[in-house]
Amino acid sequence: MIFNEIYSAYYNAVAAIIKKAIINPVGRSELHQIVQENAFGESVPSIEQSIYGEKWQLIKKDGTTPIENIPDMPLTLIQKRWLKAVSLDKRMKLFVDEPLDFGDVEPLFTSDDIEIFDKYSDGDNYTDEQYIHNFRLILDAIRNKYPLNIRTRTRSGAEINLVILPKYLEYSEKDDKFRLIGSGSSSAATINLSRIVSCMPCSSIDRKSFSNRVSARQRQVVFQLSDERNALDRVLMSFAHFRKEAEQLDDRHYQVTVFYDKDDETELLIRILSFGPMIKVIAPVYFKNLIKERLKRQKNCGL
Amino acid sequence: MSYSELIKNINTIREYMRDFYVFGFKSREQFDSKSLRSYDDERRRVESWLGDYMQFRQTAEGKNVFISIDSRKVNKNPLYRAWKTKSFTDGDITLHFIIMDILESSEEPLTLKSITQNIDRYLSVFEPPRLFDESTVRKKLNEYISEGIIEKKKIGKTIYYSKPECTECYDPSVISFFSEISPCGVIGSFLLDRDENKKSEDNCNPFLFKHHYITSSLDSEIVYMLLQAMQEKRYVDIQSFNRNKKRTRSLHVVPLKLYISVQSGRQYLMAYHPKGKKMISFRTDNIVKVVTAEEAEDFHALRVTLDNMKNHIWGVSTRSVSGQRMEHVEFTLYYNDSEKHILQRLEREKRCGSVERIDANTCRFSADVYDAGELIPWIRTFICRITDIYFSDYEKEKLFKDDLEEMYRIYRIEEKGGEPK
Repeated sequence: MIFNEIYSAYYNAVAAIIKKAIINPVGRSELHQIVQENAFGESVPSIEQSIYGEKWQLIKKDGTTPIENIPDMPLTLIQKRWLKAVSLDKRMKLFVDEPLDFGDVEPLFTSDDIEIFDKYSDGDNYTDEQYIHNFRLILDAIRNKYPLNIRTRTRSGAEINLVILPKYLEYSEKDDKFRLIGSGSSSAATINLSRIVSCMPCSSIDRKSFSNRVSARQRQVVFQLSDERNALDRVLMSFAHFRKEAEQLDDRHYQVTVFYDKDDETELLIRILSFGPMIKVIAPVYFKNLIKERLKRQKNCGL
Repeated sequence: MSYSELIKNINTIREYMRDFYVFGFKSREQFDSKSLRSYDDERRRVESWLGDYMQFRQTAEGKNVFISIDSRKVNKNPLYRAWKTKSFTDGDITLHFIIMDILESSEEPLTLKSITQNIDRYLSVFEPPRLFDESTVRKKLNEYISEGIIEKKKIGKTIYYSKPECTECYDPSVISFFSEISPCGVIGSFLLDRDENKKSEDNCNPFLFKHHYITSSLDSEIVYMLLQAMQEKRYVDIQSFNRNKKRTRSLHVVPLKLYISVQSGRQYLMAYHPKGKKMISFRTDNIVKVVTAEEAEDFHALRVTLDNMKNHIWGVSTRSVSGQRMEHVEFTLYYNDSEKHILQRLEREKRCGSVERIDANTCRFSADVYDAGELIPWIRTFICRITDIYFSDYEKEKLFKDDLEEMYRIYRIEEKGGEPK
């Protein structure tokens, strides 16, 4: 079973408390801090009472413990099976040349068990040696916070040089692509990894010369949703990954506000169009005009 | 029973969390499947686990609670926290840490008797000490053997218990990545929790995720059971809930594949239903129970059948409501010289369809699928350039065109305008 107390936040918190108590007696304030870091909002009184009330006989009233070793649970069978499954994933090559061996356990799943049926077909090539090299270097630059000198192709195919301080690698399952998110000298920078021709560390530039911005400006669109043909479920599930707010207007109508990055506006526009008349954009006016413009052009096509 | 933030069964809270996160507009009174008391308890739990993501809105109907997460801005799925809330007894947690410590300290495997005596020794420092009899300790040891964290070997008539050797694991950044994109990723999250330097690992998690649907994590136990049944090539008894009809159905099926949509956030089980002699799909968030049953001898043949059908499945539908065995759909797109990326879009999104280039500015998409209705939302994303469309099922063509007319009406598109063709 995945839902098992051995993986619980309480067990993790208690393991951290014991680890502390092995070295020095644990006081209440330390216990509070550990529980807050490892468990939930209401966990402190519950764990404190159970420990100091000696319902869990692991820590004595003086803050010491009879436990001798720092708690370290071996990998469970489920964990090994999952690790073996992800070891078989084609993207594992981005991280390691040879996957680890987890003994004779069966993988929890293989590629034969799963079909991602609506992923775009022009995803990144994870077997390309230059791509793997770039990926690993970017990962190292993020961890160790140093800038990179990157030669990349633009959409038109021209090659340009950029100096970027990488912050994140962003992965989209839908696109099956990685993007480097970082900051350039004056603004945020996003580069598709598949477009990178070469990259190398750039140590001569002061880190302070990079912009602090790493994400695009936020915008919002407000639409009314008519719950026909299961649209409520389909629309709200589809937009679930955005920050959003939904409000019921009457039995069949809802008002939804979706917050999105400016760079993703066209994508959001066509996704809204995909729900047809079940969605009516009501604000802002310029977004409504984008929809109207497309519909006008469509009407001109004769349908 | 007094309130606790820990729970025994994840199924109840699964539905509440989905409602709070995906929908987020329901007031207390609209959660009508359970009592108001039950709603109050579940809401309080979710608030305790996800306090930083919980938001409230006051409406005429009352206070609405919702979970607000921009999954592009978080590098760890916050809903995984629900999987770390399993309740346990005072004895469970006490035995857990003491038994694991006893086995860690011992260089040799130990007998049940020796472990029980050692437990008494550990507990003798408390006043009064708890007492655990051998049968309770044996039960816990057996539980941990099945979880794989304790090993046993039999010498003569005596069973000896030990802790397995440490296994090397991947770097936390590798686990961070796969825990967000792989089925049952919550298992990766458990692995990250083991990491001693959790705080520093949090600070340097290098990944973010776009188009990232996190709700399916609430179905992890169901998906785990289904994957396990597929590995063992077994039938399963599935109880599935139909939200629209508010009805539960039970079916005996061969689970064949997990179909994941990275555009709609849904996950499906594709299965063979021997009684109905057909392939069927279940949304995993509608599945409430999975029980593994007998071996399915024809598993391989059925999976091959499903794989062969793939060339005609656009989404998950394997049947048409029109009665036609196969439905044909085709449409033509016009794009101007600066919109050549449209052809590229069609190529990468065509799935089982095909794309034919007619001239420098026109191309045609066509597909033969079980249910052409599944393509309609996608075709609508090309609105502004569709010059012609044909469905072999006239009703679907009519629906598409009627919807378009309705959109013209909603947005008051009366005159011809925009860019000339």
